[in-house]
Amino acid sequence: MAVMTLVEAINHTLHQEMERDGRVLVYGQDVARNGGVFRATDGLLDRFGAQRVVDTPLSEGVIIGTAVGLAAEGFVPVPEIQFLGFSWQAFHQIAGQLARLRYRSDGRFDCPVTVRAPFGGGVRTPELHSEALEAQLVQCPGLKVVLPGSAADAKGLLASAIRDPDPVMFLEPLKGYRLVKDDVPEGEHLVPLGKANTVQAGDDVVLIAWSAQVEVARRAADVLAAEHGLSARVLDLRTLVPLDIEAIVAAVEHTGRAVVVSEAPQSAGFAAEVVATICEEAFYSLEAPVARVGGFDVPYPVGMLEEHYVPDPARVVAAALRVCGEAG
Amino acid sequence: MSLDLELAAPETIYRVLSEDGSELVAEPPALTDDAVVAVMTEMVKARVANGRFFALQRQGRAGTYAPIEGQEATVVGAVAALDPARDWVLPQYREPVALGRYGPEVLRTYALYQRGHPAGGHFPAGVRVFPVQISLAAQIPHALGLAWALRLKGEPGVACVFFGDGASSEGDFYEAGNFAGVLGAPVLFLCVNNGWAISTPLSAQTAATSFAAKAAAFGFPGVRVDGNDALAMISVVAAARERAVGGGGPTLIEAVTFRMGPHTTADDPKRYLPPEQRAGWEGRDPITRLGRHLEGRGLWDGERRAAAEEAAAAEVDAAWEAAEATTVAPDHFFDHVYAEPTPRMVTQRAELRRRLGLDGPDAGAGS
Repeated sequence: MAVMTLVEAINHTLHQEMERDGRVLVYGQDVARNGGVFRATDGLLDRFGAQRVVDTPLSEGVIIGTAVGLAAEGFVPVPEIQFLGFSWQAFHQIAGQLARLRYRSDGRFDCPVTVRAPFGGGVRTPELHSEALEAQLVQCPGLKVVLPGSAADAKGLLASAIRDPDPVMFLEPLKGYRLVKDDVPEGEHLVPLGKANTVQAGDDVVLIAWSAQVEVARRAADVLAAEHGLSARVLDLRTLVPLDIEAIVAAVEHTGRAVVVSEAPQSAGFAAEVVATICEEAFYSLEAPVARVGGFDVPYPVGMLEEHYVPDPARVVAAALRVCGEAG
Repeated sequence: MSLDLELAAPETIYRVLSEDGSELVAEPPALTDDAVVAVMTEMVKARVANGRFFALQRQGRAGTYAPIEGQEATVVGAVAALDPARDWVLPQYREPVALGRYGPEVLRTYALYQRGHPAGGHFPAGVRVFPVQISLAAQIPHALGLAWALRLKGEPGVACVFFGDGASSEGDFYEAGNFAGVLGAPVLFLCVNNGWAISTPLSAQTAATSFAAKAAAFGFPGVRVDGNDALAMISVVAAARERAVGGGGPTLIEAVTFRMGPHTTADDPKRYLPPEQRAGWEGRDPITRLGRHLEGRGLWDGERRAAAEEAAAAEVDAAWEAAEATTVAPDHFFDHVYAEPTPRMVTQRAELRRRLGLDGPDAGAGS
C-alpha cells in the first residue's frame, strides 16, 4: 500500500497498464510534453516514447474519432479530453461512433477505448470546465460510464477500464484530483466494472452517490451520526453503466430510506434513474419517499456562485433528516 | 500532363482519357489488359447492382437506397489502385456496390444492409472495408485512426476514405485533415464531388475554388481528377498511395463527377436540379467512356458488355436472394452492444423473449 492522491493513482495506473500492454496508447491535448494539465500523464512520454504518448491538435472530435480506427486495428487507445465540457465538441463521435462500433459492425470489431476526462466542479474554473454530463453518456448504449471516488478505486477501475473490450468513459473528479488521498494497493489491483461499494455501513438511511459526491455523502453521514444520532450508509455506485442494481436494492431493503446525491442538473439526471430503479425494484421496502440532492436546472454557475450549486454536506443532511421524518 | 502530386494545381482536372473516350490525353496507368477489363467489368456490375437495388426499394423489398449511377469510375477506379490485403476502404453510403475488388462478400454484406439486416454492417474479418457510414464525414477521423495504426505497426498500407462535397463542410473533415497533416499518416482523402448534396449545389457548399484546394490548409497535396475517367482515378490514387506508403503523408483527392440519379430513393431532384445540368453530363458517362477506349484496344464490345451485365445480374440476384433468406432473431439487437450485456439488458432481453414466446416449446430463435 502507498498513500496517493487520486491523480497520482491515475498516473501510476497509466504507467502500469502501458508497461503491461504495448498496445496501449495515450494521447490528447497537452498530455505528452506537459504531462497533462493536471499531471495525470506526467512521465509517460519519457518512459514510453513519442510513438505511444502523443500530443494532439485541439480537436476533440478527431481525438475520439481516431480512437475508433486505432481500436479497429487492434490498439488500446486511452485518449484524454481535457475537461468533460469539451467533450460536447466530440459528442457525435462519442455517441454516434465510439459507442456503436461493435453494434454497427454486428460484432466484428471490439472497441477497447478508455476516454479519460475530469468531471464535475468545485474548483472555480472558467465556464465549461465543470460539467457533470454522466446522464448524457448513460443514454448512449455501448458506452460504459465509470466514476471513481477514491484513489484506490481510481487505480482499480482504470485498470479494468483499459482492459475492457468496450468503450469506457472514465470520469475523474476534478475536485478530488489532489484532495482525495488514500491507500492504493501496489501491483495488480482490479476493481470490476459494475460493482458498487459500501463506503460506510449504516442502518437508518442510505446515501447513494458517485465521484466527488461520495466524499460529500460521507461527511454528511458523520454529521448525521454526531448531531442527530442517525446511522447513514454510504453507497458509492462507482460505475453507472453497468449499474449495480443489486447493491442499490440491497441497501434500500436494509435501510428503507434513501437519498441520492449528484451534482448534475436535477431533471432527468442519473439520480432520477436511481430513484426509478428503487421504485421498480424496492418500492415495498421504502419507509419514505426517496430524496434527491443535486445541482439545479441551470447551467453550471461561475465561481462566486458554485458553492450554492454543488451539493454540500448540509444539504445532504437536510434531505436525510427529511426522509427520516425529522426536521431538517 | 504529367502526374506529380506535389506540383498538381488544384484548379486543373487531371484526365487520362478524353471525355468521349476516343483518345488518350495522358499516359495511362500501367495495367495489364486483364486488369483494365476487370475495372470495366466492376463498373458494369456497379451499374447493374444500382438498378437492382433501386428497383427493389421501389418494390418495397429493400430499404432506402443511395444510387451510384454516374460515379462508378470514381469508386471502381480508386479501389483498383489499392491493395485489398493491406489498405482500408471507408465508404460513406453510395460506394459499396462498387467495391467488388475487395471481394464478393462486400456485395453480399451490402445486400443484407439494404435488407435491413444487422449483419449488413459486418464485412467479414479480413475484408478491409468499414461499415456504411450515415453520419456525414464521421468516417474520416476513423480512417485517420486506421492509418495511424498501420504506421505504428510498420505495415505498408493506407486508409482510403470516401466522402462527398457536402461532407467536406463538416468539422470532422477539417479536424481529421489537420491532424493527418501533423501526423503525416497514410490517408487518402477521397472527396467525391458529385455536384449536389441532396439539393445543395456546390455554390452553396463552399466559396473555395475547389475542394482539392482545401488541402493547402492541411499542408499536403490536393489534386483534382476527372471522376468519370477510371484510368485517371487509378493513376492519381496509385500515386497518392505510393506517396503515403513511402512516408510522404496524406493526399486530398477531389474526384469531379456528377450524381446522375436522385440523392436517394426518397429524393426528387426535379424540385431543384436544372435539367440542362444533368443533360450536360449525359455525354460523359464513365462506362461508355472507358468502353470506347477498350473497344479501340480490342478488349471490349457489346457482346462482352452484355455478358458482364448478365454475370453481374446473377451475382446481385444471388446476393439479394441470400439476404432475403437470412432470418434474424427479434432479440438480436441485444447481441453486440457490449461484449457482455449489462444486468439490465439481460432482464430486458428476457422480458422481450417471454413476450414474443421465443422460449416456448416451438421457439426456433437463435441469434
